[in-house]
Amino acid sequence: MTPLLSVRDVAKHYGPHIGCADVSFDLYPGEVMGIVGESGSGKSTLLNCLAGHLAPDRGEVVFDTRTEGPRDTVTMSEPERRMLGRTDWAFVHQHARDGLRMGVSAGGNVGERLMAVGQRHYGTIRQTATDWLGRVEIDQNRIDDRPTTFSGGMQQRLQIARNLVTGPRLVFMDEPTGGLDVSVQARLLDLLRGLVRDMGLSAIIVTHDLAVVRLLADRLMVMKSGRVVEQGLTDQVLDDPQHAYSQLLVSSVLQV
Amino acid sequence: MMQDTYNFAYLDEQTKRMIRRAILKGLAIPGYQVPFASREMPMPYGWGTGGVQVSAAVLTPEDRFKVIDQGADDTTNAVSIRSFFERTAGVETTTATEDATVIQTRHRIPEQPLTEDQILVYQVPIPEPLRFLEPRESETRKMHSLEEYGLMHVKLYEDISRHGHIATSYAYPVRVEARYVMDPSPIPKFDNPKLDDNPAIQLFGAGREQRIYALPPYTKVISLDFDDHPFDPSKADQPCGLCGSNESYLDEIIVDDAGNRMFVCSDTDYCEKRQAAGHKGKFAA
Repeated sequence: MTPLLSVRDVAKHYGPHIGCADVSFDLYPGEVMGIVGESGSGKSTLLNCLAGHLAPDRGEVVFDTRTEGPRDTVTMSEPERRMLGRTDWAFVHQHARDGLRMGVSAGGNVGERLMAVGQRHYGTIRQTATDWLGRVEIDQNRIDDRPTTFSGGMQQRLQIARNLVTGPRLVFMDEPTGGLDVSVQARLLDLLRGLVRDMGLSAIIVTHDLAVVRLLADRLMVMKSGRVVEQGLTDQVLDDPQHAYSQLLVSSVLQV
Repeated sequence: MMQDTYNFAYLDEQTKRMIRRAILKGLAIPGYQVPFASREMPMPYGWGTGGVQVSAAVLTPEDRFKVIDQGADDTTNAVSIRSFFERTAGVETTTATEDATVIQTRHRIPEQPLTEDQILVYQVPIPEPLRFLEPRESETRKMHSLEEYGLMHVKLYEDISRHGHIATSYAYPVRVEARYVMDPSPIPKFDNPKLDDNPAIQLFGAGREQRIYALPPYTKVISLDFDDHPFDPSKADQPCGLCGSNESYLDEIIVDDAGNRMFVCSDTDYCEKRQAAGHKGKFAA
């Protein structure tokens, strides 16, 4: 089976500082991979390198494209990479404001990717947007409201709808539940889990919340100071951490 | 009367040369916004500094010059720019569309069809059609270069979702030769079909934004729309009150404080010619 995403020796330096280094892994179709680590451990740098937002200094990120099979996204041309960015890839930002157009209605936000790939029938776009708002549990009467009038949790759900509307195969998530209160987090996680299972998505989730990876991720990668210190099945890593830092991380979770 | 203290058409020759290079590049890549080193002009930004610089660069002493502002030859902007070139270039001026070789316009295309011997110069306030959707210039440039124009349809989508139809009635975005999306300056969308396949050279100058773009003669210009909401070049559903024309673009004028109004052609030259030929509307004296 061809991995959907195959990462080899990716490294990114900020001057003398290491952003991330020597990261290699394979992600297979339908698999959800969690990346955990403390602030500044290079999680977001790595995610941005994988999603094409940052150019890594070294290494390759091979994505199994629909038409041409495995291609290195680091060396492919920018138009191709941006095309992937609005068709087969999705990126969910931590702050919904970064991923949404705040001056455009909810329906317009969801429809943007459709129009970007050439959909030119208003009725169809509208119908798809309505459908997707329903799937992320946003009242369909709010389709013409701007995201500024939405709560934080709704904005985050809208961002997810906007990203998944073109049926991507790989979703990058940068702390999708950060900044939300726990009950809203729980609903969002439930929703994400449902969508990932239903659509057979592959996902890479960066977070520092171990509960999130416990619920969503099949596999886990623990990062510290820009390097991967431990990786394995989620339950295995969380229940029997081997590396000192993983042990610290697991034991730091507050039990209530 | 031309004053000797100015170089012909106000700008120095090196500046005109720079602007002509930008114009030629614009003509070579229809719809592409060419940056140029816009000069300070003796008028405020927003009064047509871009159009004036383009006009100055293309004018020759043999040209006959016409200026219209919202279709009219006799409004402040039109009168002052016309007298500006009378003084600094000494060119002949006219109000008759068919007699003019260079026409500078603000927000209209003349009703009288243009010919291959004419140049139409537009004054452009904001050349970037994607500006209010994407504030970053670096990003809009990238979107133009990669032909990522989905965002332009988001604006039209917003119009339909809010108003039930595409409510954008001026500065209606167009696609040039199936490549660049272009802002046709704030002309009413009624004028958009005239951009297409026009025999005249069309030049667009934005002074404050320092951009020039152009449409060579007979360029294909399509107004953007949705399959189920096609482009509609609408106008007021009335005949002109003075000349009775049903074809021209109309201004609505309030004539008293009792709510009475009349619709008249915005193109004054067109309206006056029709009246002189004996056409009469219901408000004609």
